[in-house]
Amino acid sequence: MGKTIAEKILSAKSGTDAKTGQIVVADVDYVMVNDVTGPIAFREYAKIGSSKMYKDRMVLIPDHYVPNKDIASAVQAKEMRDFANEHQVKNYYEVGRGGVCHQLMVEEGFAAPGRLIVGADSHTCTYGAVNALSTGIGSTEAAVVFATGKLWFKVPESIKVELTGKFRPHVDGKDLIIQIITDIGVDGANYKAFEFHGPGVANMTVADRLCVSNMAIEAGGKAGIFPCDALTEAYIKDKVRGTYTPVAADPDAHYCRTLTYDLGQIEPMVAFPHLPSNGHKVKDTNVVIDQAYLGSCTNGRIEDMRAAAKVVKGRKVAPNVRFLVVPASQRVYRQMLDEGLMQIFLDCGAFISGPTCGACLGGYMGILAKGERAVSSTNRNFIGRMGDKDSEVYLANPETVAASAIAGRIVTPDQLEGQ
Amino acid sequence: MTGKQIEGKVWRFGDNVDTDQIIPAERLVSTNLDHLNDFIFEKVRPGFGQQVKKGDVLVAGRNFGCGSSREHAPRSLMEAGFSVIVAESFARIFYRNSMNIGLLLVECKTNAAEGDRLQVDTAAGTVKDLTTDRQWTFEKYPPFIQELVDAGGLVNLVKEGKF
Ligand code: SF4
Repeated sequence: MGKTIAEKILSAKSGTDAKTGQIVVADVDYVMVNDVTGPIAFREYAKIGSSKMYKDRMVLIPDHYVPNKDIASAVQAKEMRDFANEHQVKNYYEVGRGGVCHQLMVEEGFAAPGRLIVGADSHTCTYGAVNALSTGIGSTEAAVVFATGKLWFKVPESIKVELTGKFRPHVDGKDLIIQIITDIGVDGANYKAFEFHGPGVANMTVADRLCVSNMAIEAGGKAGIFPCDALTEAYIKDKVRGTYTPVAADPDAHYCRTLTYDLGQIEPMVAFPHLPSNGHKVKDTNVVIDQAYLGSCTNGRIEDMRAAAKVVKGRKVAPNVRFLVVPASQRVYRQMLDEGLMQIFLDCGAFISGPTCGACLGGYMGILAKGERAVSSTNRNFIGRMGDKDSEVYLANPETVAASAIAGRIVTPDQLEGQ
Repeated sequence: MTGKQIEGKVWRFGDNVDTDQIIPAERLVSTNLDHLNDFIFEKVRPGFGQQVKKGDVLVAGRNFGCGSSREHAPRSLMEAGFSVIVAESFARIFYRNSMNIGLLLVECKTNAAEGDRLQVDTAAGTVKDLTTDRQWTFEKYPPFIQELVDAGGLVNLVKEGKF
């Protein structure tokens, strides 16, 4: 029987004939840790007492609590900096030269087709958008990869997602993935990999695919893998480091389940608190907001900024709303400047920060008080995710977030026109 | 293969308990690493960390530990004293993290209630509620996972040269 992309990559990297359900030990191309997960990994690495360190495969990215939020996070960020210096790990991205880890992994060309990448951050599954098998792991496991270059993997079953059609205006990858999670539930893909197929894929930008793969974990998924096509090649051309080998599924590969979606039928969606599976059509809702957050590894890319800027151009943020705009990387920040997007956001009354995870995880700079509501382009709306346990997060696409900032309640750009 | 018999008092949780609930993001700084147990479930069950006694058992429904990859979550539960977590299912990364650091997980649907005494036998593959005299069975670990459990975690396995 043929193989899925996950089976093929794990076969190649483990040197075995890897099939669903087996546990294999495989060679890892890159391992990423951030400022939150790094310190445990550094301690566990010391416990292993290895004389080896696979430095070229290690990527250290401070992003969660940097620029240092307080003294505790300053100590933590320093721990990573010191570790990088002590061991001469060159893939370390200092504040001012970095950004949110998953955005950097793609921008810096670590993510590429056919690669096996792990990261001590659950949204490591993002790079499936460029045909990699990438998945979130823990800190101890990261330390083991530092020392051995390898890790154990259970070869996942795959869910085939057949896509046809094309998104309508103001609808994007975020709406598709919220719809999928709403349909199958937050554990609908637990231990499994999504594999995307069909003519609809070519109608999705790589930015859209990155958003979809990013949220595979919100259905419990181990990965969300797209094929490598002309758009992928064009997207990574000036970024990728080293060589890579695209991997396609065999026509007779086995899937545990098949889902089909016509992209043209997807509507702007909003996921209500406190689970990403609580999806509703925006047009059926009426939610007043206090804050709108545009950013994160889900939707903090230049494409998201452009789409949102178009919506707010020439308009003003509603009086009772704070609109936070957080580019996902230094590069996105610069592009926003170059393209005049900063001007548009400033003119509408937004607060713009440098790249950081910041309020996405309730870290800092944008925390919600008891009873406050935010519409957010991020990926999680768990209890207390962005602040007080009695605050609420509603997940939506960048254009919906932008339109909502203007309207003061959750709306699509189309609804804004009518006001 | 070795097996373990564990007995403890039940703390009961529901479905989809996420890692943000287990330990909130704002506690994830390295200066907290030696007392993570102080913060478990602090937003949803304030004071919980102080009530748990060594050897207690956490029982939950589906998809326990979903959300972030923070290893702080299983670490904090282990430090709080939990000997084993019994849930209908676990989120993937939480499962890996726990097994890799030596926190025992048992995938088993039970209706043990808070306060019951529960006995888990990993060799027999049984979970017994000693309070209500009910029993459930679960599937044994695959060989690799059993090795991991026996070694007490991944670091030990690597040290033993078995990886
Ligand atoms: S932006 Fe949010 S979801 Fe992405 S890595 Fe940072 S905290 Fe995690």
